[in-house]
Amino acid sequence: MSKILLIAEHDGAVLNPSTAKTVACAAQIEGAEIDVVVLAESAAEVAAEAATLDSVNRVLTVENQANKHALAAVLAPQIVALAAGYSHVFGPSTTFGKDVMPHVAALLGVNQISDIMSVEGTHTFKRPIYAGNAVVTMEAPTDVPVVATVRIASYRAIGAGNSAAIESADISVELPTHTRFIELQVGSSDRPDLQTAARVISGGRALASVENFDLIYSLADKLGAGVGATRAAVDAGYVPNEMQVGQTGKIIAPDLYIAIGISGAIQHLTGIKDAGTIVAINKDEEAPIFEVADIGLVGDLFNVVPELTEALG
Amino acid sequence: MDKILVGLKRVVDYNVRVRVKSDGSGVETDGVKMSINPFDEIALEEALRIKEKGHATEVIVVSIGGSEAQQQLRTGLAMGADRAILIQTAESVDALSGARALLEIVNRENPGLVILGKQAIDDDNCQTGQMLAALWGQAQAAFASQLDLDGDKMRVVREVDNGLQTIEVDLPAVVTADLRLNEPRYVKLPDIMKAKKKPLDEIPLADLGIDACPQINISLFEPPAERQKGVMVDDVQGLIAALKDKGLV
Ligand SMILES: Cc1cc2nc3c(=O)[nH]c(=O)nc-3n(C[C@H](O)[C@H](O)[C@H](O)COP(=O)(O)OP(=O)(O)OC[C@H]3O[C@@H](n4cnc5c(N)ncnc54)[C@H](O)[C@@H]3O)c2cc1C
Ligand SMILES: Nc1ncnc2c1ncn2[C@@H]1O[C@H](COP(=O)(O)O)[C@@H](O)[C@H]1O
Repeated sequence: MSKILLIAEHDGAVLNPSTAKTVACAAQIEGAEIDVVVLAESAAEVAAEAATLDSVNRVLTVENQANKHALAAVLAPQIVALAAGYSHVFGPSTTFGKDVMPHVAALLGVNQISDIMSVEGTHTFKRPIYAGNAVVTMEAPTDVPVVATVRIASYRAIGAGNSAAIESADISVELPTHTRFIELQVGSSDRPDLQTAARVISGGRALASVENFDLIYSLADKLGAGVGATRAAVDAGYVPNEMQVGQTGKIIAPDLYIAIGISGAIQHLTGIKDAGTIVAINKDEEAPIFEVADIGLVGDLFNVVPELTEALG
Repeated sequence: MDKILVGLKRVVDYNVRVRVKSDGSGVETDGVKMSINPFDEIALEEALRIKEKGHATEVIVVSIGGSEAQQQLRTGLAMGADRAILIQTAESVDALSGARALLEIVNRENPGLVILGKQAIDDDNCQTGQMLAALWGQAQAAFASQLDLDGDKMRVVREVDNGLQTIEVDLPAVVTADLRLNEPRYVKLPDIMKAKKKPLDEIPLADLGIDACPQINISLFEPPAERQKGVMVDDVQGLIAALKDKGLV
């Protein structure tokens, strides 16, 4: 049997969709018995939501004022205290999971497998390297826990028809005080979340200004889509950082992805490989984005996008 | 602060389109352009700026790798680092061993700050900084896009999925650099000449008591699944028809 401790991601009130995808991955491990742990200031709401996820055996809660904000160095020793007896410790490959899981692995004295994209055996997994230019099969030793993050774009959220038991876990560990939360500036957007949206429209450097990005927003609103961007667009200040899609931004898997004024650099493409249909609009017919696009249109975005938005009306 | 330690990994240049060897044993690296990991260049730039503002006296660059990594360390010295350390090994080193090796250097040098890259663009692990902070028992500030030093404390703005998080950490601490922390300077020719005279120490990895033998075995390298070549449409009407065809609008 594989006993899996899975770290829930949440904001104190709602479970992040990354958790249901991480469970979907963990559930593919043979003989998986999955315990989800919610570390929070008050965990009831989030735990209730986690308990509905299919394949979950138990939800453990660890309530502590210090867990009000997710700080890796504070969460990690608590996760380590709970990890005894588990064969696997899993978290999502989001900025939350990428921050905390390697800290956990090091405290446990084991290596970590980052970005699991497929489960090949209880201790064998595939993951991408070199910005997705290669996929490696990794075999972890069986005598130590497997600490891993799950590439959430590779999984669909598991169903939510369960009612797993919720138990509070008793641990006593000393928590570091060297790290203090100051503030979180959340990008204000009522558009669908990039990482879960079924449709995403992204703009690149070609948009050339903050104002011109309205073209992208209008089209997105017509389609009920989330909005993303390239690093070039973020660096130029046209959009905030949380909209960056790619190797070092968000890895996404919408049903429909429309890339507008984006050249298709490998670092960008690695973020959209799992999209259902990729549409590219670019005025340069040689742009590498057309090599991966399912539907390509060569044209000036400043003509094409308003026309498209209008036509969809 | 006295010293800042910066990690520089030698990696395949980000412009190279890496290919998997046909026998699945690895990726093609023969004759391929190698560079400093782009995030590590950003890490070094930040350390240099902190020193130039008078908040640190020495910037030390460290690389774990083969003798070839001297090249990247020399580039780091040319950018302005004062001294370099090569932790020498012919084997590839996993993140935990790398973090353990860096900890040995930390214990020898007692830096006030360690700045690494957020991830190495070859293995895309995104682990070493967080592991070092854990082993060292000091604060970690991963994915930093802004640092503000304030005596023995530091404010760090971090790029997280839902926006920008600000934390305060006590020093010493480990920071990992995100893309927007700064724009690294270019190296000038006279600096390359000067860098030749700066100290570069070599320490065999084994002398640090660390076993490079990786715990996790890579059994196969494969190329990623290819996407099928798609269709080109002539105009917006064609695009809408194609989308309708797939049931997407
Ligand atoms: C370590 C590292 C990590 C990186 N991580 C990421 C990442 O996570 N995500 C990411 O996106 N990038 C990333 N990059 C950057 C990446 O290499 C590219 O520089 C970037 O993706 C380019 O963005 P772009 O396509 O918007 O701009 P460009 O490459 O400049 O392309 C603009 C495109 O717009 C087209 N165009 C111009 N005008 C018009 C018009 N009027 N109508 C239609 N088309 C037009 C042009 O033909 C061109 O193809 C990373 C780079 C490095 C080194
Ligand atoms: N072999 C190495 N030599 C020097 N620094 C390294 C090495 N491996 C990793 N690092 C540092 O750790 C960061 C994160 O690497 P990784 O955890 O492999 O993604 C890199 O950006 C470097 O700063």
